[in-house]
Amino acid sequence: MAIRDDSSVELVQVTKAYGDTIAVDAIDLKIPAGTYCCLLGPSGCGKTSTLRMIAGHEGISDGVLRIGNRQIEDEPPAKRGTALMFQSYALFPHLDCVDNVAFSLKMKGVAKEERRKQARDMLAVVHMEQYADRLPAQLSGGQQQRVALARALITRPSVLLLDEPLSALDPFLRDRMREELKRLQTELGITFIHVTHSQGEAMALADIAVIMKDGKIEQAGPPRQVFNKPRTAFIARFIGGHNVVKVDDGQVAVRTDRIGLTHAPEGDVVAETDTVSGIVRSMEYHGTSVHLRLDTAVSDEFYVVVDEATFYEQPLAIGDRVIATWNATHAHPLQA
Amino acid sequence: MSAAKPALRLSALAPYLQATPLGLVLAVFLVIPILTIVIVSFWDYDSVMIYPDFIFLNYEELLGSHVTWKTYLNTLKYAAFVWAFTLGIGFTVAYFVAFHVRSSTAQMALFLVCTIPFLTSNIIRMISWIPFLGRNGIMNQTLMGLGLTDEPLEFLLFSDFSVILTFVYLYAQFMIVPIFNSMMRIDRNLIEAARDNGASGFQTLVNVIIPLTKSGILIGSIFVVTLVMGDFITVRLMSGGQSASVGLMIANQISLLQYPAAAANAVVLLIIVLMMVAAMLRVVDIRKEL
Repeated sequence: MAIRDDSSVELVQVTKAYGDTIAVDAIDLKIPAGTYCCLLGPSGCGKTSTLRMIAGHEGISDGVLRIGNRQIEDEPPAKRGTALMFQSYALFPHLDCVDNVAFSLKMKGVAKEERRKQARDMLAVVHMEQYADRLPAQLSGGQQQRVALARALITRPSVLLLDEPLSALDPFLRDRMREELKRLQTELGITFIHVTHSQGEAMALADIAVIMKDGKIEQAGPPRQVFNKPRTAFIARFIGGHNVVKVDDGQVAVRTDRIGLTHAPEGDVVAETDTVSGIVRSMEYHGTSVHLRLDTAVSDEFYVVVDEATFYEQPLAIGDRVIATWNATHAHPLQA
Repeated sequence: MSAAKPALRLSALAPYLQATPLGLVLAVFLVIPILTIVIVSFWDYDSVMIYPDFIFLNYEELLGSHVTWKTYLNTLKYAAFVWAFTLGIGFTVAYFVAFHVRSSTAQMALFLVCTIPFLTSNIIRMISWIPFLGRNGIMNQTLMGLGLTDEPLEFLLFSDFSVILTFVYLYAQFMIVPIFNSMMRIDRNLIEAARDNGASGFQTLVNVIIPLTKSGILIGSIFVVTLVMGDFITVRLMSGGQSASVGLMIANQISLLQYPAAAANAVVLLIIVLMMVAAMLRVVDIRKEL
């Protein structure tokens, strides 16, 4: 399927207020057509409200919403060209998989045989054709999700909205489903907007990661850019893999895997621009790497990730004094 | 090993022992009384005594009389009208409280308001309609005061109208409660999912809400139909003795000490009501729904 030219999404000064509380505060965002976009942030940051506003299940208090060049904020959900996949899947418990998937066609008045045939074809796309006659209660969580996905896709949306789609699955299934979502998005060429609180999920899937905090967008960009050039200390901490270190002119983020460790002599305290001394407080073996937490003068949550082979050439123990050094080019300055 | 054997036997008995109290209660209060009625329905009687016997005369007299058929039809007519009206009112009220009232405090408050009339005796609530509907009652005086009618409306009281009105008033709650309960268990995301799939409000009602409320509708229907089929006091008071129901017929037979005839009538009524309930259960598989 070719990329539809009308699947770009634009939010202009979109605001959601519940009484005096502002859930989403005048955000601006442009998502190009055919992009996998992840809305990422801690709970209560406004990411789900944003998604529900795009879906049309939440009225917008102020601002403009566009899909392609259509202004959609006053359209009902089904007229927007969006389809929402609910976190709880929201399958109709009294209908079998085929009728669940065929629901939107039934609402449009498509004849029974025709809509059931189309629904079976769509179930085949998500590899659920052999469960077509089962009720949702007879399916596992992962299977229900595939049905929910088929039900959303059969409306031929230009934008698919996913509300924490992987949060209810077990870790193994989550990784498989993640791959599957990415494959579908590439094949269909439509825009996916995916809400998640897991930065790993966002980095694995997104073309654009949008990190929100307190109803505002903290940073939006390709995951590599967000990871390597976090704009603020919040981003650096939330995305993980960084130490936030205070320096003379503010704060810098230092990647935990770009830090070298050496044994330090007793009583030698160092806290310079690219060197810090500390005591090993905890140590975790992660297979390919070893994760250490240090107690230092600059931060008591100073993490170092050392490659496994390197670590065991000169192993350290809890309580050891060490000096951590990093190359100044790996210290990324942060905005306040 | 020998010690294990009695323990094993006891554990095999345990389920039966656990079911015994309920079994005894059902036997004493349900099975034995019904068996007694069935037995007595075959007995003979005259104006002063009943005689143990095994005759089919009570049934022959009952089913051979066209008064019986008229009375049964009349009772079925009441049940049908009351069912239709309580279903309409019950569904609407439950829908309003469950889906249109947003705050759960307001929902509970409205729900309690629905139940408050039930804190007094249903006879009193029934009788209180009489001064309202009577020939010189509030309703007629208001209508005449407004100039809408010249003379009192006679059909308001001691008529099928007043009987059905009172039934609906008394039993609407039995429809509201189970339907409300089913509606409250519908995941609100399903309504949004229906909207997301392009369903209009009416399509959501027909394709999602009504199918998911079926068990509540069925339970309410069983309550209302069985209550109306067995009633005698409402029909007596509100029809002013001008209409009959099966319950009233049985009550009259008892007051004339014709116990075997009343018992035969009760057995026939029981069979009919059980058949109606069985028919309703065939439409909705209640065990699957609950």
